[in-house]
Amino acid sequence: MGKPSIAVHKFSSCDGCQLAFLNAGEELLNLAELVDIKHFLEAGVADEYAHVDIAFVEGSISTTDELTRIQRVRACSRYVVTLGACATAGGLQALRNLDGSNTEWKHAIYAHPGFIHTLDQAEPVSAHIKVDFELWGCPVNGRQVLAAVQQLLFGVAPLEQRDKVCMECKRQHASCVMVTAGRPCLGPVTRTGCGALCPRFGRDCYACFGPAGNANTAALSRRLEGLGLTPADVARRFLFINNHAPSFNEAGKKHYRQGFSDD
Amino acid sequence: MDDTRFLPRQALQTLLDALHRQGYRTLGPVVQDAVVQYLDIDSIDRLPSGWTDDQAPGRYRLSRVDSPRCFAWATGAQALKPHLFHAREVLWNTRRDDAGKLVFGEQEPDVRRLAVIGVRACDLAALELQDRHFLHAIKDPYYGAKRQGLFVVAVHCAYSADTCFCASTGDGPRATHGFDLALSELDDGYLVETGSDRGRAIATQLPLQSATSTQVHEAAAAITEAANRQFRQLPSTHLRDVLFDRLQHPRWEEVAARCLACGNCTSVCPTCFCHAEHDDAALGGSTSQHLREWDSCFSEGHAYLHGFNVRPDTHQRYRQWMTHKLGSWHDQYGRSGCVGCGRCITWCPVGIDITEEANAICTADVPQGESP
Amino acid sequence: MNPYLPREAEIVARTEESPNTFSLHLHLTDGAPYSFAPGQFNMLYLYGSGEVPISIVSGSAEDGVLVHTIRALGRITNGLAKLQVGDRIGLRGPYGRGWPMRAAEDHDLIVVTGGLGCAPAVSIIHHVLTHRERYGNLSILQGVKHTDDLIWREQYDTWASLPGVQVLLAADVAAPGWPGHVGLVTALFDQLSLRTDRTIAMLCGPEMMMRAAAHDLHERGLAADAIHLSMERNMQCAVGHCGHCQMGGHFVCRDGPVFAWPQVRELLGVRGF
Repeated sequence: MGKPSIAVHKFSSCDGCQLAFLNAGEELLNLAELVDIKHFLEAGVADEYAHVDIAFVEGSISTTDELTRIQRVRACSRYVVTLGACATAGGLQALRNLDGSNTEWKHAIYAHPGFIHTLDQAEPVSAHIKVDFELWGCPVNGRQVLAAVQQLLFGVAPLEQRDKVCMECKRQHASCVMVTAGRPCLGPVTRTGCGALCPRFGRDCYACFGPAGNANTAALSRRLEGLGLTPADVARRFLFINNHAPSFNEAGKKHYRQGFSDD
Repeated sequence: MDDTRFLPRQALQTLLDALHRQGYRTLGPVVQDAVVQYLDIDSIDRLPSGWTDDQAPGRYRLSRVDSPRCFAWATGAQALKPHLFHAREVLWNTRRDDAGKLVFGEQEPDVRRLAVIGVRACDLAALELQDRHFLHAIKDPYYGAKRQGLFVVAVHCAYSADTCFCASTGDGPRATHGFDLALSELDDGYLVETGSDRGRAIATQLPLQSATSTQVHEAAAAITEAANRQFRQLPSTHLRDVLFDRLQHPRWEEVAARCLACGNCTSVCPTCFCHAEHDDAALGGSTSQHLREWDSCFSEGHAYLHGFNVRPDTHQRYRQWMTHKLGSWHDQYGRSGCVGCGRCITWCPVGIDITEEANAICTADVPQGESP
Repeated sequence: MNPYLPREAEIVARTEESPNTFSLHLHLTDGAPYSFAPGQFNMLYLYGSGEVPISIVSGSAEDGVLVHTIRALGRITNGLAKLQVGDRIGLRGPYGRGWPMRAAEDHDLIVVTGGLGCAPAVSIIHHVLTHRERYGNLSILQGVKHTDDLIWREQYDTWASLPGVQVLLAADVAAPGWPGHVGLVTALFDQLSLRTDRTIAMLCGPEMMMRAAAHDLHERGLAADAIHLSMERNMQCAVGHCGHCQMGGHFVCRDGPVFAWPQVRELLGVRGF
């Protein structure tokens, strides 16, 4: 039996999650020993539709071309794993879904909008094909990616990290930025995976790993308002990197006014 | 107390020195990242002299006071728990050779001796409960090794935060047992009590003086004042039957509408012991570590059982937490699992107050006509 | 002694019980002694991935082989499902309190199981058949959702042919040709001739099934403490430390998994506990 093969695909995204892969350094070299990397443009390997055991997909599905490509990727891959917020939840670019003004945006931004074949909505990969495992984050955590790869190499589903950021924050003995400084932290509704990175540096979590289960966004919204955030500020907290994730989308829209006016 | 002696303020350094000579690593309260936490100290200059805390539901702030005192605050972010029951630790490791054979290796427990200065009465009560959990039925070697080497220098509380309610649980503000040495802080120094042979051995190395009756009375009055300052309380120290009679109380749903199910309360609770285990395999798969880390009855994985969750809803998780903490702990360890430290109130991001919830649930009549 | 450290076990045989249920026959490679009581469980460790609690199906460890019947439902059990003869896993145990086999001597036994609840209870049957003279009549009642879920069909036939053994099967949904009852397992109680003063019941299966069965048997005259049941909860440490398996004041892994009904009656089948 030969080495398992992998591919890393890019869709609508900033390449940051692929960089998290590349930044794994020595571990990436170890990985190259273990698997046959068939397609990974950032690493200079190109064979887009080679049959692989694991396909990592970065980016949301935003264009008609991407819709075709993702279906072909699915057809030639044993496991499909989403890599990061865009592929898993639609990412920042899904903000254009909010008020259904895709056409207006296109004309406002591009000099020749005729070349832009965007779909009405920028959507997560799972909206179009079956996804076997999702890795959240903006960007993903390299360690988490490699741990997932190893479990898949074992033939076992990766361990899903479902705890809230707060739990990891406490395990890391970071001071709670909300309780000690009144900062509008989203840790209590966000899934961990980042290692509580922001709170460990005194910064409030902005939910780049997406919503956790039982995310009580209503209670947190009330608390954020109590800390002095305007409804528009609350909307901005939720309608950010993972704005298209259902629980954040719903929470944000409760406070959202079109155009984000602060009145 | 006939063996109470007096240690002048600057002579507290001799305690650290004596502990160091005995081979102890010394932890003491230090202000870092806007909270009081137990960190390594070699000098008493690192102690939080002139700091006090202002705690309220969902709020913790440190402020300066015009006082030379080092223990004029109530409770830090954590009790002793992180130092005995680590937030994350390796239990064992394993490797697989080319023939597929597995070799298991024990993780050696940490046997370094540790002395902690400034332990509060509530923290001591919690320590005793964690001892019962981790050592009495089946011994946990990792907790056990650290516990065996622990030297406790308690400090009686002369100040209570607004979130403290140890007087109502019977666990403070005076530390009555479980310490090696106990201090009462006065402006010019400390009254020193001994609570063990190890404590007496250290005490003989300190420049102790006779304590005056005025000093003794002043210290006792301060502890009484700290107790009187507390206004939160639980309805009773034994709520087991009361709570299990009220499993259908509407308050569980009401609190769930506020609860973030974030696990902050259980993480700061000095008696909560839940932990999850998982493997961390090296890339390539030739070795793997088996770890445990703090878990919470509020987490997604806590009650997960092959494909379904025994407690999918937040109201069930909050109910599990409170009925366990204040109820079924009595079945397990002969007393409530709450020591009145108030940390769950302070560190709840939305300020849910266990005393308020317990009073709302327990003082109401049992709802009629409902069966579980 | 480190209560968390597994021992190495080799898979010496493997049997397919149903499309998603299989049995691993394990041999401890260190040669050190191992014994267990019916109803106890082991923690099985899938290399590099994690542990899972699995009850022991064998009657005894005398032949040096421990049988575990596993349904591939979760991350670890799906991984175990891929292992073959010769593969190695970790094993630690046995844990918990098993069935009250000593107290049941000289009594009739009713074993009521639902779904894969038959696995933690089959060691009772093996034990009784090995020590046949110590026990009275044995009634085995097994219920499944669908007849396709029934495992050990030939075993049930074999047991039914033995003197003093009665086997009654029920399925909520039956395929054509099903010889058993269609409906709930508790409906089979009418076919029992209960000697209430000398019968002990042992139940294992979904909690609502056990709750209904315990109440029914009690109403038919069985003393509450003559009814025993095996509980299931998330277990990660198996020694009462990790806290996941708590049901009220019980640590199911250590105080159970087998309980006398009065011990767990208060919370049995109560959602959220």
